[in-house]
Formats: sequence, structure tokens, C-alpha cells
Amino acid sequence: MNTAKLMQGNEACTIGALTAGLNFYAGYPITPSTEIAELCSEELPKIGGKFIQMEDEIASMAAIIGASLAGCKAMTATSGPGFSLMQENIGYAAIAEIPVVIINVQRVGPSTGMPTSPAQGDVMQARWGTHGDHPIVVLAPGNVRECFDLTIRAFNIAEKYRVPVIVLTDEVIGHMREKVVLPDISKLKIENRIRPKSKNDYKPFEGDAETLVPPMADFGTGYRYHVTGFPTNKGEIAGKQLERLLKKIERAEPELRDYFTESTDDCEILVVSFGSSAMSSLSAVRKARSQGIKVGLFRPKTIWPFPVEPLKAIAEKTTTIIVPEMNAGQLIYEIERIAGCNKHVMGIHKLNGELFKPDEIYNAIVQGARK
Amino acid sequence: MNTALEYLRENRLPHIWCPGCGHGTIMGAVVRAIARLNFDKNKVVIVSGIGCSSRAPGYMDFDTLHTTHGRALAFATGIKHARPDLKVIVMTGDGDATAIGGNHFIHAARRNIGITTIVMNNNIYGMTSGQVSPMTPKGALGTTAPYGNIDRSFDLVQLAQASGATYVGRATTYHVPLLIDLIEHALQNDGFSVVEAMTPCPTYFGRKNKMGGAVELLTMLKDNAVNIKAASALSEEKLKGKFLIGEFVNKSEPEFTNEYAKMVEQVQRKFDTFQGGLRECEQNSD
Repeated sequence: MNTAKLMQGNEACTIGALTAGLNFYAGYPITPSTEIAELCSEELPKIGGKFIQMEDEIASMAAIIGASLAGCKAMTATSGPGFSLMQENIGYAAIAEIPVVIINVQRVGPSTGMPTSPAQGDVMQARWGTHGDHPIVVLAPGNVRECFDLTIRAFNIAEKYRVPVIVLTDEVIGHMREKVVLPDISKLKIENRIRPKSKNDYKPFEGDAETLVPPMADFGTGYRYHVTGFPTNKGEIAGKQLERLLKKIERAEPELRDYFTESTDDCEILVVSFGSSAMSSLSAVRKARSQGIKVGLFRPKTIWPFPVEPLKAIAEKTTTIIVPEMNAGQLIYEIERIAGCNKHVMGIHKLNGELFKPDEIYNAIVQGARK
Repeated sequence: MNTALEYLRENRLPHIWCPGCGHGTIMGAVVRAIARLNFDKNKVVIVSGIGCSSRAPGYMDFDTLHTTHGRALAFATGIKHARPDLKVIVMTGDGDATAIGGNHFIHAARRNIGITTIVMNNNIYGMTSGQVSPMTPKGALGTTAPYGNIDRSFDLVQLAQASGATYVGRATTYHVPLLIDLIEHALQNDGFSVVEAMTPCPTYFGRKNKMGGAVELLTMLKDNAVNIKAASALSEEKLKGKFLIGEFVNKSEPEFTNEYAKMVEQVQRKFDTFQGGLRECEQNSD
């Protein structure tokens, strides 16, 4: 039985990563994510893992891809400006199907912004930051314990589906300390990539018939393949590959789905909220419920691919959907798309680096209830 | 001894490089050097960035990684750090290595990480058809310098040396035996090695600068190169307009992955009770 610990979000992410088998970290210091790098630099040598502080975030992203190809479970952590720099190589990881985990502890942007204040402005960057169509998975923990859980899940998804996975936290989730009781580690499911069995008929770009995921050979084990495939401008080859990559994640969506709900059975008003905003949302929903307002909370933990079906099922019964986000409105586009045009979808936004006060959301709920 | 051809993916040949381009010669020199050293081809990784140079790994029968523009060394750093037992070779161009990848170049050299970097220097961006690079000579023409290049250019040997590379050599695609020798020595160095291979680009550099075709450009490399061993005996006047080739640096200094392994050994001795994974909460004092 594990004892309770006082733990910070960034620390929980790191411990989660180590539990999932992290053995390679490359990164560049940036507030508010730096504790992850610091902790990795301290812990990895103890288990014979590799740590390296690179010259920038572009190099960090490149290094973890290289390490993953060499058979490691690799991760980096950053915040907005660094996340922007990583985008090109995140696309590389997506197209070359490299299992890697990127933790983005969001801060206020754009540009330098407010480095020590939380924001949720990278929702769309996490999905569409790199150029071109590409598969990606983005998870959003809503408390410290979930930083642990979802970082493990991020590695499991990355390994199982050979896809880069982004853990999107923010300054509050990252720096907040909570009492955490970790689960029995021996009972956790840890996924490892499927490696090819035979050198003779290894097809690095042919997915499994069902999962569409090809086995992945480690460098230095005699497979000698060209990772991105021999360069071609043939549309039918390139198009087919990209289609497979997109379909791979589309097919996996039911399994990738992860969300939390409260009081959604009979709700007329629904709050859709993730990350640190969802802490305030939950508190607001409970207060409103105690006053008889039929309101519920839907908190996606996997935000890309968005759990469309579960939200749709709940949204159908509601009249109003409230979407609090610490940005000018990003996830709300997805919610509006899912809700359809006959629902009233209302955003509440924050651009000042402050966390939502529960009453700001509560007031919106009351306003929604009057309509 | 293996023959050089055993290290190539013959079914991918012939290569795409233009007639008169020296990139094939450089690739040939790399596999010949590897053949001399009789490396196990399952333990060699070739990494490239983007550009004409970076098409080379596609033809080479190893684990090969064609990456993003300028970032080959950063990918290679991840591979080498993860698997120090592998021979990691980066094949890159002058633009790839010194413009967009300049930062990674100096830092890989600073760390003295065991990567062998072959910079295929044709003084131009060939793949995008002839723009100037940081190694285009001052005054030369490029499609982005129609009035002549006003930028100063890098001396890659000096850059590598100053950044901390422990093996630095330069040859040309005219001086092939020297090029193979240098690459062979570079591959034997534990630390970060750089071999600059000067090569003509008749299609874009030669034509734009009205310097003639492949033969004239190769003759120019032949006529203007002075071996560093001979240079010391020559007057400054005689060296004017020439460039030096040969071995500039060959020294032994602590290599990054070895240093890391030493640190791990020390740390593990200190934390011999560490169980892995979980760490005690009270240790965290930031």
C-alpha cells in the first residue's frame, strides 16, 4: 500500500514517465516545465537512463526521436515557446511513426508572454502545430494524480500506436502540490512497442491488418532500413501512407477516449472543461447543483482525438453548453461542431494568466439557467 | 575485408546526383573507409538532414535516417547517447551543417560526442537550385545573390576546431585517396570528428559563376588545394587564393557518452539502494 505524498504536477509527470519505462530525456530549460528536466537529470543516471540538455528545443525533439529509434522510451518537456520550436520535428515523429512523449506545461503566450502564469492557449497548436495532415494524440491531466496517470498512458499510447503523444498541462497543474496516493505500480499495464520477429520479411511501412501499426525495429539490431522510406514523389505511395497514419489513430479512437463526467445524467446545462480550468468548473457545477440547477460537467482527459461520441450523447439532452478556457476560445470550436447548430454554446475566456474563480463559471451557469 | 559495394543498397542505384557532382565520390569514399575498417554493417547508423548531400543514406545499406533540414546532428546525438556502441555517421551539406544546423554543429563539437560528420561542401544550395550558403565565397553569384555574395563565408575547419572537434580534416573530390584516409581516421576517433569534403556543383555553382563544367571545377579544386604538410614551407604569397587540405586536428579528449557512463557509474555507486521508478517525496526540495 502506497502512502500519501505531497507532490507537484511536474514531479508526478516525471514519476509517471519513469514508471512507464522512461530511459531517455532530452530537453532545454523553460519555465514552467523545468522541474521535469531537473528531476530527470537526477533520476535517470540512477537507473542507467540517459539525460541530455540540448542546445535548444528543436534539438531536444530531434534527440528523443533518435533515441526512440535506438530503442529507448524517450521524452521531452517544454512550454509554449519551446513547443513552437519543436513542431517541425513533431511532424517528423508523426510521419515516421516514432513513439515519443512531449509534455507541454502551458504558459501565457504568444511569444514570451507571461512565463510564470498559466494558460490553455496551445490546444490548437498541440493538434495542428506542425505543417500538413498528421496523426497526434493529446492528453490533458486535470490534477496532480492525473499527471502521473496520463503520462504513463501517454507512453503506452505512443508505444502501442507508434505516434507522438503530447501531455498538455499548464503552469497551475505543473506547479500545484496535492496529496497524492500512487497506485500499486506492479499492477499497472505498461505497453512496449511491437518489434519485428524476422529480418527476412520486415516491412517497416506496412501496418498490421487490424491496428495498421507496423512493428518497429531498433537501430543496431540488423534490420538496416531507411526510416522515412526511400524518397519518392509518387502520389499514390505518399498518399496511401498518410491515409494509413490518419486511419491508425481514427481506428484507435474508442480506446484512446478518456473523460470524466459528473452529474450529466439529467443535466440541461453542460460545462465542458479540461485541465486546471476544470477544477474551478467542478466546484462551480457542484455549487449550482446544490441550488437545484440541472448542470453537469464533461471533462475530456484525451482532447485529441476528441471523445466525440460520449460528448454527443450528453450534449443531445442539454440546451446550453458552457466552455471555460484560459484562452480566447479554442476547444470551443470542437464543442460547437459536436453540439450542432441548435445548441447554445457559450465560451468563457481568460487571457490574463489567472485561473478561473469558481464563481465566474457559476455565474455563467446561473445565466445559462435563466435562458 | 568487405568490399565497398557490400555497404551500398545496390537496388537503389544509380543515384540522383547530377553529372559532374562529387557527392557520389564522397559517398564512395565513406563506404570505402568503412570497408577498410571492416565495420559490421548492423552497427553503423547514417544520419542526414536535407539537401543533395542528405540523399546519400538512402543508398547506403545500414540503419539510415533522413531527417529534417539542419537537424541531422541533433537526431544523431540522440542515437549515439542512447546506443554508444553504434558507429554514428552524419552526412550533411554546407547549408545543412553551417546555416540552419550551425547551432547543432558547434554544440556537437563542444560535447565531443562520438559522431563522424562528413560535410559535403559544394558552396551552394543545390537541391533548391543555387542559393548562396554560409560557405559560398564572397563575391560569388547565387540565385539569391544576383549581384554577388556580400556575406563572408565560414572556414569550416576553423569553426570545427574552435568548437572543440577532436578530429578535423579537409579534402576534395579530386583528392580521393586523401579523402578516404581522412574519413578512415575520423571513424577511428572516439570523439566528434569532422571531415569537410569539397565537391563541385557544376549545375548550379559552376554554371551561375561561369566557371565551366565538371572538369574545370575539379581542376580548380586540384590547382588550389595545398596540403597542410606542404603549406608551412610555402610563402604567404604562394598561398594566396589557395585553400588547405589534410589533417588539421587529431587529438584524444574525453568523449561525451564515455563521460556520461562514468557519471552513471559514480551515481549508481552512491545510490546503490535505489529501486528505480519512485523517489521519496522529502528529497524534492526545489
